[in-house]
Amino acid sequence: MAGPRTDHHVILRVVAKPLIPIISLFALYVHFHGDYSPGGGFQAGVIIVVAVVLYALIFGITPAMRAVPPVFARSLAALGFIIFAGVGVWALIMGGNFLDYDVLFNEEPGGHMGQHYGIIAVEVGVLFAVAGSMLSIFYAFAGRVTEIKDEDW
Amino acid sequence: MIAGYTGADLAIALINVLLLGLLFVIGVAIARMRSLFAIVMLAGIYSLISATWFVALDAVDVAFTEAAVGAGISTALLLGAMLLTARTAKPEPFSRSIVPILVVIATGAMLVYATIDLPAFGDPDSPANTYVGTDYLERTPKEIAVPNIVTAVLASYRGFDTLGETGVVFTAALAVILLLGFGERSLSATFNRKKDKK
Repeated sequence: MAGPRTDHHVILRVVAKPLIPIISLFALYVHFHGDYSPGGGFQAGVIIVVAVVLYALIFGITPAMRAVPPVFARSLAALGFIIFAGVGVWALIMGGNFLDYDVLFNEEPGGHMGQHYGIIAVEVGVLFAVAGSMLSIFYAFAGRVTEIKDEDW
Repeated sequence: MIAGYTGADLAIALINVLLLGLLFVIGVAIARMRSLFAIVMLAGIYSLISATWFVALDAVDVAFTEAAVGAGISTALLLGAMLLTARTAKPEPFSRSIVPILVVIATGAMLVYATIDLPAFGDPDSPANTYVGTDYLERTPKEIAVPNIVTAVLASYRGFDTLGETGVVFTAALAVILLLGFGERSLSATFNRKKDKK
């Protein structure tokens, strides 16, 4: 993608490129540390999308779509919603109410495993749904502009 | 300086005044500007300052979401939307902005009037801190055993709400896809161009 024509963005690319893995790592931290600190699936999903959007902004929308295909993004969104609702159905099958995590593992009263794993599963669902949806929305807008012209910056 | 505040409280009050003043200035600037690019950037800055203000109000989770969604994704999406249209907004004649100004002033006056009845910030006797809020604080360590009570409320006590929110986000993506398409047009266009060259 980077030809001689776009070389004057080289500093931008060099500075932004190492940020992308750091942003993704931070998103994972926000997700898995959500039980202990502010954050959770929603924020983590948005931060992961920010990493992809940054990639799309500095390298162009086409390489970004090759790295994370739009079909993957929208499948991820649907899968996330299914995971969330699936935890509810799982609780229904185990004999409890919809999204009642206490019954997930048939524990003794006072056990918290069901709550912990239920929350983790639901947060994964939120992460997938939010990341996939936000990325699909970004692709829908950005995909209509073939390339950001230099005078638009 | 500000009546009734001393020490750390005065510092927090001054920070709040400063942040709200910045928000006001940015709001006026956005309303007066015509360059859409600058407006999008200022909207991102507005979200970032809002997030800072939420931190000052101890609403860390809200601040986090505002910074990620408002300053991050919204700015990128607005940029993408702006690239599809013109770069500058058409100037409006003053006669057409009189009615909106009156509506805004009336709404603002009503909101200021409503704040007189609000409980003081952090008031332990306020409705938000007495009924269901204290219940969550008392029951979460026993029932959920998750250190972050916001997560417990969000994912467990209010699981239905969160499922609905996730559904709303998913539906928003579906609606945008239905209106604008999957966005794969540029990808296939680039591929076709490369094939043509060969």
